Amino acid sequence: MKAVVNKIITFSTVDGPGNRTVIFLQGCNLDCKYCHNPETIGLCVHCGNCVKKCPNGALSIKNNKVNYDINRCLQCDTCIHVCQNGSSPKTQMMSSQEVFDQIRKQIPFIRGITVSGGECTLYPDFLKELFTLCKEAGLTTLIDSNGTYDFKKDVELLNVTDGIMLDIKAFDSKQHEKVTGSNNNIILENVAFLAKSGKLYEVRTVVVTELFDAVETVRQVAKMLKPYLAKRDIRYKIIAYRPTGVREQYSHYEIPKEEYLESLAVILREESFENIILL
Amino acid sequence: MRDISMDRVNMTRNNILETIKNPSLTHEQKVAAMAGLADSLLEVLELPEGLDELLNAPVDTKCICDLNEGHAPLRPRYIVPDYEKFMKEGSKFLQLDPPKDLYEALNSLLIFYKHVPSVTNFPVYTGALDTLLEPFINDVDVEQAKKMLKLFMIHMDRTILDSFSHANIGPKETKTGRLLLEVEAQLVHAVPNITLKYEEGVTSDEFALAAINTTLHSAKPSFANHLMFKSEFSENYAIASCYNGLYIGGGSYTLSRMILGNIAKRSKNIKDFKEMQLPYVMDIMARYMDARIKFEVEESGFFESNFLVKEGLISRERFTAMFGLVGLADCVNILFEKEEISGRFGHSEEADTLGIEIMEQIKAFNENHESPYCEITGGHYLLHAQVGISDDVNITPGTRIPIGEEPEEFIDHLLVCNKFHKYFPSGTGDIFPIDTTVNKNPDYLLDIIKGAFRKDLRYLSFYAKDSDLIRITGYLVKRSEIDKLNAGENVLLDTTALGKGSVENCHILERKVR
Repeated sequence: MKAVVNKIITFSTVDGPGNRTVIFLQGCNLDCKYCHNPETIGLCVHCGNCVKKCPNGALSIKNNKVNYDINRCLQCDTCIHVCQNGSSPKTQMMSSQEVFDQIRKQIPFIRGITVSGGECTLYPDFLKELFTLCKEAGLTTLIDSNGTYDFKKDVELLNVTDGIMLDIKAFDSKQHEKVTGSNNNIILENVAFLAKSGKLYEVRTVVVTELFDAVETVRQVAKMLKPYLAKRDIRYKIIAYRPTGVREQYSHYEIPKEEYLESLAVILREESFENIILL
Repeated sequence: MRDISMDRVNMTRNNILETIKNPSLTHEQKVAAMAGLADSLLEVLELPEGLDELLNAPVDTKCICDLNEGHAPLRPRYIVPDYEKFMKEGSKFLQLDPPKDLYEALNSLLIFYKHVPSVTNFPVYTGALDTLLEPFINDVDVEQAKKMLKLFMIHMDRTILDSFSHANIGPKETKTGRLLLEVEAQLVHAVPNITLKYEEGVTSDEFALAAINTTLHSAKPSFANHLMFKSEFSENYAIASCYNGLYIGGGSYTLSRMILGNIAKRSKNIKDFKEMQLPYVMDIMARYMDARIKFEVEESGFFESNFLVKEGLISRERFTAMFGLVGLADCVNILFEKEEISGRFGHSEEADTLGIEIMEQIKAFNENHESPYCEITGGHYLLHAQVGISDDVNITPGTRIPIGEEPEEFIDHLLVCNKFHKYFPSGTGDIFPIDTTVNKNPDYLLDIIKGAFRKDLRYLSFYAKDSDLIRITGYLVKRSEIDKLNAGENVLLDTTALGKGSVENCHILERKVR
């Protein structure tokens, strides 16, 4: 099975417990206004727009496809900024074995991997293969997801997944639609299902006060999860909106103050959460 | 004793006078410097022919460096007393009975430290503090124990005026070890250096994580691969000075270092380096070290008269010496340039392979050279990857990758370390400034330490990238103290001046953050 890979980070401190290799897959089925890496949303259509704009000739057209030469790339990200499709010419199609070969080099320095995106559950069969390879090598496997995948129908995937980190953009469905363009029915179902099955490692909410009610979201999600905390410690990560990487038309939102984030942590503590991270 | 010229006498007299008048030295620093100058007038060692040209040369051509040990060594360079014996038996010479409680234990140690000589005149090893103090730690309640340990560590920092001083903890978790880590995280002191002897499965994750937390606050402890050291020394070893593995109850007579980059400069090509120049320099350096040891053992009288020997706290038979080197990276890069081969140390498989071949050659030489009075290590020296001195310009420590040339990926950097750490039982190590995101995920560093030691890395140090206290080469210095020195003020520790030199010459502040 193959997937479109945006990039691989060999050592990461911020994508789950311990040191992990993180794989970012390309393509997302939500369109969050504040998305911090919008170049992972779309798939490349090989329009060639970026080829003309590359200042160092790292991009060319070969066989009607955009070709990327990493050795000439200055990492200036011009290609990403000019892309009309929320994509990047630097992505590559890789098989689960090819990705695993790049992970293997980090053993024994890592305890596991995290697959993120885009939305990595758009490639469930790829994930199953990759995770099976990782499990055989003694690595733990985490999924970083927007929660739109119907996890309860994919026992096979859950069997090779140690934990899932789930984004909850907003508790109120209408507000969710405003943030992402879609409702959140399946996402909230997943929160309950994954918590119940002991697979929920972390939930996180990016706080943008102009877009949705963060207080209500944090409170309601915490209430939903409270009964399951005894089963497995669930971490709640509250992330302040920052304009870095955000598309220009959405880069004007206010950065929430530390006191505001702290007030959300207070709500979580009231609902018995202990594992809280403010970023 | 050989005569010297009146010119040299007068030059030294001038240096002594300048030392006396130097406003940026403390009294203790002046006294130590003057003792060194007096010693430099002696000519008593049987020096091998050819040494002068290799040793007494400018920094860019010098091939052998004796690290300011002086002309007539009056004591071994590094002394590693058997502190456990001292705690059990006390000392007749120091008129101390074995301590009976925590008060007496701390007091005895502080007294003892003032009587352990070394090349710096300060103790380079201050004991396995956790196991030494563990029998007494429950004498007082936890808060009082912390207070006492805090005062003890402050006392060390203000009286052991040189950062080449090292305490050990681990590998097993102890109450004292935990309290020391807690106290050290608050104190942020340069002295003493601390190493946690770490072994996966023996050292608990909780204890290791407490050590990581401390290191992110105060740039120590460092982490030693206990399994690896144990396989070479048995359990009876200590980490002393920078990161030197040595026998407890012994130490190192001497340490000289080859400056490999400069040996490469005088070589026509790789073949000339391997067949002529390197063997020539190795032979002279080894015989120079032999001569120093013979003087120490046969003439200085140290091993007959010092109370540490008389009371069995050290014994001549447990000493060895360290055959050092710096600049493997420079050496490989210079040789590749001479041969017009592309690729640099730490980045190309071919360059690293040449580095390994050179190390194998040095190792083989050492295994064939009969070193006097080194019975404990089979009659041979121990190899040592020296960390550099403040005067080094364009000389890369040990087998490290030069600062500014570190591989983009941390994993690639670690895999280069993996190729070279195993050669150096008497010390090597790599240093990594760490991004502050690790504060929220200390398991990240624990995973790296576990992986590194499974991969035969020997010794790792970390510090938070924005820390005031930073590791220079092997020792710790506060950036704020360097600033004071730059402003012309006196500073307490003599290693601050070394740190200042290294920051200026060796780009210490530009290490790649991981």
